[in-house]
Amino acid sequence: MLAVAKVVIPSFSSGGGGANSCVRDNHLFCADWVSRNWSGVLQPALTQHIALTLIAISIGSAISLVLSLAAHRRGWLERPVIIVTGILFTIPSLALFQILVPSLGLTRANAEVALVSYTLLILFRNTLTGLREIPEEVREAARGMGMSQRQLLWRVELPLALPAIMAGLRIATVTVISLATVAAYVCNEGLGVPIFAGIQESVFKTEIIAAGALAIMLALASDALLVGIQRLLTPWARKHAV
Amino acid sequence: MFGYDFFTPGRDLPLETADTAHNQGPSAFAQAAELELRSVSKRYPGQSAAAISDLSLTVPAGEVCVLVGPSGSGKTTAMRLINRMVSLSSGDILLGGRSVLQRNPRDLRREIGYVIQQIGLFPHLTVGENIATVPRLLGWDKPRTTARVEQLLELIDLPPAEMRDRYPAQLSGGQRQRVGVARALAADPPLMLMDEPFGAIDPINRARLQDEFLSLQAKVRKTIVFVTHDIDEAIKMGDRIAILRSGGVLAQYDTPAEILTRPADDFVAEFVGADRALKRLSLATLADIDLIAPNGLRPNNARLPLDSTVRDALSMLLTGGGAPLTVVHPDDRVAGLVTIDLVAALLKDDSAPAANGAAPDPGRAVQAPPGAVSDPDGAVQAHPLDEDPSA
Repeated sequence: MLAVAKVVIPSFSSGGGGANSCVRDNHLFCADWVSRNWSGVLQPALTQHIALTLIAISIGSAISLVLSLAAHRRGWLERPVIIVTGILFTIPSLALFQILVPSLGLTRANAEVALVSYTLLILFRNTLTGLREIPEEVREAARGMGMSQRQLLWRVELPLALPAIMAGLRIATVTVISLATVAAYVCNEGLGVPIFAGIQESVFKTEIIAAGALAIMLALASDALLVGIQRLLTPWARKHAV
Repeated sequence: MFGYDFFTPGRDLPLETADTAHNQGPSAFAQAAELELRSVSKRYPGQSAAAISDLSLTVPAGEVCVLVGPSGSGKTTAMRLINRMVSLSSGDILLGGRSVLQRNPRDLRREIGYVIQQIGLFPHLTVGENIATVPRLLGWDKPRTTARVEQLLELIDLPPAEMRDRYPAQLSGGQRQRVGVARALAADPPLMLMDEPFGAIDPINRARLQDEFLSLQAKVRKTIVFVTHDIDEAIKMGDRIAILRSGGVLAQYDTPAEILTRPADDFVAEFVGADRALKRLSLATLADIDLIAPNGLRPNNARLPLDSTVRDALSMLLTGGGAPLTVVHPDDRVAGLVTIDLVAALLKDDSAPAANGAAPDPGRAVQAPPGAVSDPDGAVQAHPLDEDPSA
């Protein structure tokens, strides 16, 4: 954002067309509008967007972890969970937000329920796959050395499933950041708000472009952050025979 | 060692101080415990045949007992009954005089070293952390654990500074196997269970690991139950060998020499193989037999060290056209001569009583003693090619 401002402001002052010239002239992208509305519109929307995403991913991860651990112990659970979360995943997002309005109203809860439901399939599948890919001899050795079921889970199974869990988390996070723009349809929060405003104004497009670009950058940054966290948490995954 | 109290909380094992971590003799290790299986049976629900039938045997403290048998003989199941990875149907198992059934299975397993064929090192933990698994479960403090890890790495000839922080993926197969053994030894267990520990290693490295393991065992003197399907490995590793037949029936439990000299029945004779006379020769070295004094005979140039097995000596005698060989001490002094006649006389002496007067013929099974059950399927089952999947 700073880079944009540095380039644009001098050209604006030399043009001498007044503060809102690019808005008046309806340029495709008006950097001046962005810098003027950063703290009032875009920055709060970005913060809300991050909050929406964090809450959805946290709740989704917790539910998926419980479901995948249950399905890992009792294999028959996998099919019903895949069917239900699969159906949730395929519901068009706009429709799902709308369907929830009668019960949850135009609230953040409505948005979160819908966002969480989109994370479940991805997180459940990845976590379960990660748990199932642990070599049987590793479990056998752990039990043979006297680990309890809980110690086996926390000291062996979850750490070894971590690469698969993190892979799921990356996909789910990018998905939620994208879908959360639609959440502005039911709650007045997130980067979707300036986008919807832009759509309604129908002529001036800078809001849509700026908010859309912010959503993309947020997704890229989150993904990079998660990759970094994964590398820190799984140093063993990158070591190979010397 | 009866009533030996394992790992009483707060009890300090003598080895666990950092400054005395190396150069400790056998006495530094916790005493091994006697293991006794009393009429042990295992029957899986829904299966008509028993997996283990009325198995009784005693492993004296500090000895290696090899469980060997064809696929389906239940040797792995028998081993897993001991640390309660498989539950007993009837009978009892006593470790150091105490029934394993009275123990919490997790506490019991932390006192029993466990090595499996695929080793099962934790890929996400370093070599040091892998070895520290059981000490951590037992709640050892950090200095004691660190010292123990260091000591074990030296015991298995892996330099601690270099190897401690590696991950299993960075080790060779042989190194992984040794780390697996070190991990099993970490809490100084009085008993070790080893399920085909060298089964996945190539023949050359396997022989080396077997030798290493034997010299390790000479230092630590654990009671060891060792499962294999390979009779040659059993002969090499075992102080005693328990040969199991289909259904987990004990066919013979004896020293390697006894089993090779006097197989209890057709099944055992078939299982140990037609070349059991030759196998017996590999049990003794030239130092164990009375060599011929060199005067009078004119040996050819071939020389053989005193610690060669008699079997290797025979092989050299045959390739040398039967001429006597000179046996030498490590400092090249002549110890004596060995001839084909000498080796043949050795076998004849040993096997004469086994055959109950019949001519000793290593290719033919001897008469089963009264009471021994002969197994009609013995011939089919006697090919110890693969591990039984059910075990």
